[in-house]
Amino acid sequence: MTKHISNESIVVPILCDADVIIARKAGRDIAAAVGLGLADQTRLATAISELARNVVLYAKSGRCRVQGNTDGEWRSVTVVVEDNGPGIPDIGKAMTHGYSTSGGLGAGLPGTKRLVNEFSLTSHPGLTVIEITIRRRQS
Amino acid sequence: MRVPILRLGKVLLTSIQSDLTDEDAINFRTDVLSMIGETDAVGIVIDVTGLDVVDSFMARILNDTATSVRLLGGSVVVCGIRPAVALTLVEMGRQMIGAETALNLEQGVEKLHKIIKIGAAKRLNQMDFDKESIE
Repeated sequence: MTKHISNESIVVPILCDADVIIARKAGRDIAAAVGLGLADQTRLATAISELARNVVLYAKSGRCRVQGNTDGEWRSVTVVVEDNGPGIPDIGKAMTHGYSTSGGLGAGLPGTKRLVNEFSLTSHPGLTVIEITIRRRQS
Repeated sequence: MRVPILRLGKVLLTSIQSDLTDEDAINFRTDVLSMIGETDAVGIVIDVTGLDVVDSFMARILNDTATSVRLLGGSVVVCGIRPAVALTLVEMGRQMIGAETALNLEQGVEKLHKIIKIGAAKRLNQMDFDKESIE
């Protein structure tokens, strides 16, 4: 078994399209560094992509912090995406599959939630914070 | 970054080799459609082997491109979706990709030719049927 000792964190500012790609690459790299497999790396990168795009789309700017964690029993990656935009007016609706105000598929937030183990969202005008975690038992 | 689209006889071939920004993806959709219009190609194979993330936006671009090409009378096959990407798309929700798909480029081209052939045969049958009903 390879020992992965990596509790590093990366902060990516989200200001434009290209930052979405940088943020999801950072997520993939940290997921790989803590020893998560290809499927989990892809889940995490996809989830970050959805959240970071929402920042560009609705808030114009924000940041994404990716934190890897390994301890004796678990390996995990936690991502916090936050912005100072207008906030999500109706969280219930935003979490409904097929609902979109941007002409998208409406799969962004509900889809993201399905990809991760933990999902929390707080939003009011001026501050939206979404925190997601993928966690696996050490094998 | 522009994704090159190649012409191979009556079909088009394109391979997305790296991550696209949203703007690149929108340009890609436009380029495919104008290329179909300009070359009167009857179909296109879109190879997405280079995409290690297909999120809901990219899925929408692929779906919209496929639907629009169909409206122009063409056929589309998306090929090379990575296994981890396929898994993620399914987990995110149903019907994220509505186009015909194939495992790799070779099978994609084969499938496109088959679809085009079946379409032509159907039209031929329909013409025979129309003729008979007139007679």
